[in-house]
Amino acid sequence: MRPLSYARVSDADSAIAIVRENPDGAFLAGGTTEVDLVRQNVLQPRLLVDINDLPLNRVEDLPGGGLRIGALARMSDVARATAVVARFPVISEALLLGASAQLRNMASMGGNLCQRVRCSYFRDAASPCNKRDPGSGCAALVGFNRGHAILGTSDKCIATHPSDVAVALVALDAVVHTRRADGERAIPIDEFFLLPGDTPEREHPLEHGELITAIEVPAAPVARQSIYLKFRDRESYEFALVSVAAAVRIQDGAIAEIRLALGGVGTKPWRARRAERSLLGKPATEASFAEAASQELALATPRPLNAFKVELAERAIVRALTTVATGDAR
Amino acid sequence: MDVRVVPRPVERGPGAGTLVLRVNGQAHEVRIEPRVSLLDALREHLGLTGSKKGCDQGTCGACTVWVDGRRVLACLTLAVTCEGREVTTIEGLSADGELHPMQAAFIAHDAFQCGYCTPGQIMSAVALLEEGHARNDSEIAEWMSGNICRCAAYPNIRAAISEVRDAAGGE
Repeated sequence: MRPLSYARVSDADSAIAIVRENPDGAFLAGGTTEVDLVRQNVLQPRLLVDINDLPLNRVEDLPGGGLRIGALARMSDVARATAVVARFPVISEALLLGASAQLRNMASMGGNLCQRVRCSYFRDAASPCNKRDPGSGCAALVGFNRGHAILGTSDKCIATHPSDVAVALVALDAVVHTRRADGERAIPIDEFFLLPGDTPEREHPLEHGELITAIEVPAAPVARQSIYLKFRDRESYEFALVSVAAAVRIQDGAIAEIRLALGGVGTKPWRARRAERSLLGKPATEASFAEAASQELALATPRPLNAFKVELAERAIVRALTTVATGDAR
Repeated sequence: MDVRVVPRPVERGPGAGTLVLRVNGQAHEVRIEPRVSLLDALREHLGLTGSKKGCDQGTCGACTVWVDGRRVLACLTLAVTCEGREVTTIEGLSADGELHPMQAAFIAHDAFQCGYCTPGQIMSAVALLEEGHARNDSEIAEWMSGNICRCAAYPNIRAAISEVRDAAGGE
């Protein structure tokens, strides 16, 4: 690992000021992605600003039934918070199906949203990669891309967004709250994650020195009946090949409200809006679910090694919606 | 005009500096650079070689220790971030020369072959019982999945954990 400096701060203003002043400065929270990538020379900060002492680790109820999750709350703490388990089971399940117990104890929620892709060509610090070295090309396009994305891709980048909980948060219209030198702002989570397009090096709209302070989840009674379903190459401690966050409210046999998002298949956590639109008002049957799934996946750009994800995603959507619609999600 | 005075934090490094690490209840002064991992600080500077370096990238769990009572990966933790926190390693588990019940159970159940992952397995296993996620074999397997055993001693590891759980009158 390259030499670097370190400063521990205890208030947000200092953290923001010191990172802003240092073009090679970066915040350090749980470090589970960052320390790894610094060691592999993929990231090269000269100064790490440790923000773990900032008072941003609480999970609070908002009036009306929403949640405010502090950016430094750890994945494990959020997963077991009573309000999360009771009102937003999809968040808790997504968290617990990600990483390992040790990593969940370390990793912060804000860091989870900022985690970098697991594309091996990005991480090897040697292959052409437009994300790591803009303009150098994308080795994954013709390389080993079995785990790569089929939705939201571009000819510059097809890396899959790795987060599980972000998929649940996208389904729930969460809002990312940040603070920067000139004040605070709120970014709808679907806008927080950028498609690669021609600028895959830009993954989110944060400025240098802008700090995530909280993630707010608006009240969503529909989420009481929600599920996170994840398929992967091994039973535990693995990234998704395909995952589905789903919540449904059924009235008189028809779908009155639906939230659907996909993981493991998109360059960003993928809100399946086309499938959602197709399902509103339709009977809650396997046939409607399958039709909607196929409409969503019609947007896919599969490649020879990851073409299996199309059918896997369609089936996973049907399974998740059937499970949650019949009310035996747990 | 509203001028906010931002306090300047103390910057360390990139060269070596002195810091105090509390490990297994004892304070140690070490002189290290900020880039040194907790794992390297323990092994190379404090002579606590129980915690093992398997992958050094957060995938194997061999370096599992507790920081402030929670199981974490020492390879992805910078030592400097542990100043003011309490670190517990496998060396801190036995008391008065007596093995911790989990250590004894691992021996009784032959819960290892080469033994390299064992300290991490045991640090995870003791934490697992504290967390209350050991109700049955499949729950143990899920919550121990961050500790890889290349020799695949998993059935015996689960048996050892179950025994300690039952002996403690656990769940």
